[in-house]
Amino acid sequence: MILSSIASFGRYWIFLSHVFRVPDKIKESLKRLVFEMNKLGVDSIPLVIIISLFIGAVITIQMTINIVSPLIPSYSTGLATREILLLEFSSTMMCLILAGKVGSNIASEIGTMRVTEQIDALDIMGINSANFIVLPKIVGFVLFVPVLCILSMFMGLIGGWIIAEFTTMISVEDYVFGIQSFFNEWYVWYGIIKTIVFAFIIASVSSFYGYYIKGGALEVGQASTKAVVSSSILILLFDVILTKLLLQ
Amino acid sequence: MIEAKNISKWFDGQRVLYDITATFDTGKTNLIIGQSGSGKTVFMKCLIGLLTPEEGVILYDGRKFRAMSDAEKRKLRMEIGVLFQGSALFDNETVLGNVMFPLKMFSQMSHAEQLERAHFCIQRVGLSNADNKYPSEISGGMQKRVAIARAIALNPKYLFCDEPNSGLDPKTSILIDELLSDITHEYGITTIINTHDMNSVLGIGEKIIFINKGHCDWIGNDKNIFRSTSQSLNDFVFASQLFREVKNFLEREYEAEEDV
Repeated sequence: MILSSIASFGRYWIFLSHVFRVPDKIKESLKRLVFEMNKLGVDSIPLVIIISLFIGAVITIQMTINIVSPLIPSYSTGLATREILLLEFSSTMMCLILAGKVGSNIASEIGTMRVTEQIDALDIMGINSANFIVLPKIVGFVLFVPVLCILSMFMGLIGGWIIAEFTTMISVEDYVFGIQSFFNEWYVWYGIIKTIVFAFIIASVSSFYGYYIKGGALEVGQASTKAVVSSSILILLFDVILTKLLLQ
Repeated sequence: MIEAKNISKWFDGQRVLYDITATFDTGKTNLIIGQSGSGKTVFMKCLIGLLTPEEGVILYDGRKFRAMSDAEKRKLRMEIGVLFQGSALFDNETVLGNVMFPLKMFSQMSHAEQLERAHFCIQRVGLSNADNKYPSEISGGMQKRVAIARAIALNPKYLFCDEPNSGLDPKTSILIDELLSDITHEYGITTIINTHDMNSVLGIGEKIIFINKGHCDWIGNDKNIFRSTSQSLNDFVFASQLFREVKNFLEREYEAEEDV
């Protein structure tokens, strides 16, 4: 178990050394980069909007219900909602969700290419298949994920505002004042930095599992599951490390 | 010409190829035949360079494959076309995109020239009105044709085909065989076909290498395969009732010829 983990870790770095090389045809790689940004990033926008909107609304409701002390100012609900979204939800939780969507997509796509000999076909043509297939995915997702992070922050706050606007739980004035109070710009950067690291983990780990598949359709499914589980665990691990490094 | 000398290959301590020596002639359809699991795909993958044999030498027109630098191997790979068993077409590319792919990656042609060449190759394999279809939207036979068109797009000197007839009906199989044979003779390609289809053996087997349990048991052609004295080859060739009857018929013919 330990030996196989060390071997996988070593293979992962060898894999990355093949991925991060100058592309054979830069024009083709740029085309693929745009394609992957669209597929992995733009196509994730609806999911990010829906989840952030609802979670923002739920956080606002829960904060309103739980913060009932007369000693705590009423704008605290907005402030707490904002901090939760900026510090944890829009980066870590959103990336855990994206690990499921994007990670499984990448692992199954590359895994299918492996079992249907498409990767062999690229290798035979003398193309660095790891570089050609994986680099645009990693770069495309890493470049686009800050957009998803900021969008998630914004939509989460909108979700809270909807609760304030359409219910009597909290006034809009208090909510808006809360989300504007004690704003620390670094928290936004902290969220973005975390998301970039998590995006790299999702794209590279999922590609790694897909690329080294042996077998058939069953193994594609297994690799997809392994990719999501491993990415999620690594995201949580790096969440702790990055929080310690960036917020302390 | 491709020469394989004393090729041996092991997987996890188990030997799958035993000192195979064979020559594949230029301008001919060279067939590697054998039962499933006999090692013919492993042998072909060693020839292409997808697997590295533990022992032996592979020569492409006298050039040692293993001694080549990365740049030389890359150059050689541009001279190789491969037709995979499952066609291995790129799912997210159309028929035209698949055929244009090697041209986009390796040729210095303009886009218009690439289009012209791709259309020529598509027409050469007998496909029409399929340019904008995706691999999932066309039949298995058409997929094979697209894969052949992609394989010949860069005018390869060497063409490798791994079981080109698998999953195809007999009529389509014959068409694919004829196409491969025509292309081989037309462009003077060294074509190596991995198959266990006896129709292909008799139809286009200009040179035949029989592999049995990792050993090269027999080398010949479609003319003398029925007269082989190799027991393992006869077991393979005459496994079906049809070919046993053909054998009996031919034996009667030979006897009649001798009597005359």
